[in-house]
Amino acid sequence: MAGALLHRLLDRQAPRVPIRIDGATAEAFEGESLLVAMLSHGAQLRRHEVDGAPRAGFCLMGACQDCWVWLPDGSRLRACTTRVAAGMELLTAAPEPARRD
Amino acid sequence: MTSVAIVGAGPAGMAAAALLAEHGLRPVLVDEAERPGGQVWRQPGAPVTPDKKRLLGRAGAADFTRVHAAFAAVAGRVDHRPRHLAWTVQDGEVFLAEGARITTLRPAALLLATGATDRLLPVPGWTLPGVFSLGGAQVLLKDQGAAIGRRVVFAGASPLLYLAALQYHTMGVEVAAVLDTTRFAAKLRALPGLARSGTRILARGLSYMARLRAAGVPILHGVTGLVVEGETRAEAIRFTNHGGAERRIACDAVALGFGLRPETQLSDLAGATLRFDPTFRQWLPATDADGRCGPGLYAAGDGCAIGGAEAAELSGRLAGWAMLADLGRTVPAEELRALRLRLTRLRAFQRDLTRAFAWPGHWLRTTPEETLLCRCEAVTLGALRAALAKPLGPREINRAKALTRCGMGRCQARFCGSAMAEAMSQALDRPLDEVGRLRGQAPVKPIPLDAALAQEAAAP
Repeated sequence: MAGALLHRLLDRQAPRVPIRIDGATAEAFEGESLLVAMLSHGAQLRRHEVDGAPRAGFCLMGACQDCWVWLPDGSRLRACTTRVAAGMELLTAAPEPARRD
Repeated sequence: MTSVAIVGAGPAGMAAAALLAEHGLRPVLVDEAERPGGQVWRQPGAPVTPDKKRLLGRAGAADFTRVHAAFAAVAGRVDHRPRHLAWTVQDGEVFLAEGARITTLRPAALLLATGATDRLLPVPGWTLPGVFSLGGAQVLLKDQGAAIGRRVVFAGASPLLYLAALQYHTMGVEVAAVLDTTRFAAKLRALPGLARSGTRILARGLSYMARLRAAGVPILHGVTGLVVEGETRAEAIRFTNHGGAERRIACDAVALGFGLRPETQLSDLAGATLRFDPTFRQWLPATDADGRCGPGLYAAGDGCAIGGAEAAELSGRLAGWAMLADLGRTVPAEELRALRLRLTRLRAFQRDLTRAFAWPGHWLRTTPEETLLCRCEAVTLGALRAALAKPLGPREINRAKALTRCGMGRCQARFCGSAMAEAMSQALDRPLDEVGRLRGQAPVKPIPLDAALAQEAAAP
C-alpha cells in the first residue's frame, strides 16, 4: 500500500483477520503487533496531544510510549507490544469520556 | 526457600537465573516481554520464523542458540513472569504490574538487569513518522519480521549503525546511506586500544563495514547538521559532509542512535548510589566488581554499565555468584577471577568504543531553537533555554524539569534526558555532573490508573 510506513519482510504463519482503524475496515495478521498492522495501512498512529503533529512510535521496544492507541472503551494500548486479535476496533485518538450521570 | 528475584530477562538476567536455578534456588524472573531474550537475543513476537543465520550472522545465530538453549535447560526451575512490568522498588519491596493487576515481591536478594535503550540527540524532524531509534529498527526486524522503510538511512554515533545497516541490507532492504557523525580519524586513533581489549569484536565490527562497502552502501564519516525533512513523514535527510558540503539523501525512514543509555530508574529507586561517569557522560549505579550495589541489591548488564551482550551475560553470572555468596553458599574463586578479568576487558573495550564513537553533545549549541527536545511534552530546546535564562532560573535539572515539563512525560526522560543535561550544562556554563541527574520516579513506566488506585486502596 502506497501510504504504508512499515513493510513486512517475512511471511506470517497466522491467518489474516479483520480489524477496524478509526472505523475503517483493515486486514492484519493475527498475533503481529498493532504497530505493524496499523503502519502497514497508513503512515501515522496518532496525533500528538500538544502540537497535533503526526506520530508513529519511536523506540519500538516499549520504552518511549509514543505509540499509544485506544479502544472504544477508552482503554489504551501500547501498539508496539500489543498483539492483533480478530475484530479489534482501534482508535488513533482517545475517545471522549462517557458521561456517568 | 530463600526468595531471589531478577528484573529483566535479557542476557544478564537469563545467565543469573540459570546459575541460581542450578544451585537449587527458584528465582523469580520478571520481564515485560512475552519471551526471554531481551533486545539483543529477542525471539519473534509476531508469527514469523526468521532465518537466524541470515538475520544475525553465523556468530550471532550461534550465540542466540547457545543463550536460549542454556536458559531452556533450567526454565522449569525458574519462576518466569513474562508481561510483568517492575515499576518501582520501595524498602526492598518490588512492585509489579501485569496489565492492571498489581503484585509485589519481597526478595532476600534482588538483581536489576534492566538493560539499555538508545541514547538520542534531538535533530530537526526527529519526531516525524519514519524516524525510529536505531535499536528499534533492529527490534522490528527480530520481533516482527518487518522493516522501518524501503529506503533507510542509518544515522548517528554508534558502532551499532553498521550492524543494523548490514542486517537491513541482508534482509533485502535498501540502505540509502550510513551517516556516521564521528570522524574516521577518531576511530583510527581508538584502534590500538580496541585491538588490545577486544580483537574478536573489533574484527566483527570491521567486517560489517567492509561488507556494506562491498554492497555499494555509501558510508560517510564526520557528518554534522542532521535534519530530517518531510511534511507528515520522513522524506529525506539533509546534512553537512566532512568536507563542509551540504548534502541531501532521499529516504523513507531514518534509524537514529547516538550510543546507549542504561535503564537506571529502578536501581535509583531501590537505593543504589549513582555516580557520574565522565567517559559515558552518564550516571551509572556504583557497584563492586561483582555487581553489588546495596544491601541485597545487585546490578548487571547494560543497565549497570554499557558493555554489550557478552559482558551482560558474564556480569549476570557474576552477580548470580555474588547473590549465592551473600546467601552463605560456597563459590568457585577461580571462576570468579576469570569472569572478572574477562568482564573488565569487555567493559574497557566498550569505553574505547564510546570514545571512538563520541556522543556529539556539542551539536546542541547550534541546534535550532524550535527543535523538539522533549518528544512527550513537546518542549522545544528554545523553551528550555528561555527558562534557564530567566532571572533566578533553574540551575539544577530536576528543577528545570518541574518548570518546563521537559523530561516529565511518559517516557520519563529516556529519550531527552541526556540532551537536556547537555543543553543545561552549555547554557549555564556548568560541568555536566553539576547540573545534576534526573531522579527516578515511580512508576518507571505508565501503569493503568485503576492499577494505581487499587494499590492506593490496599495500602495500610
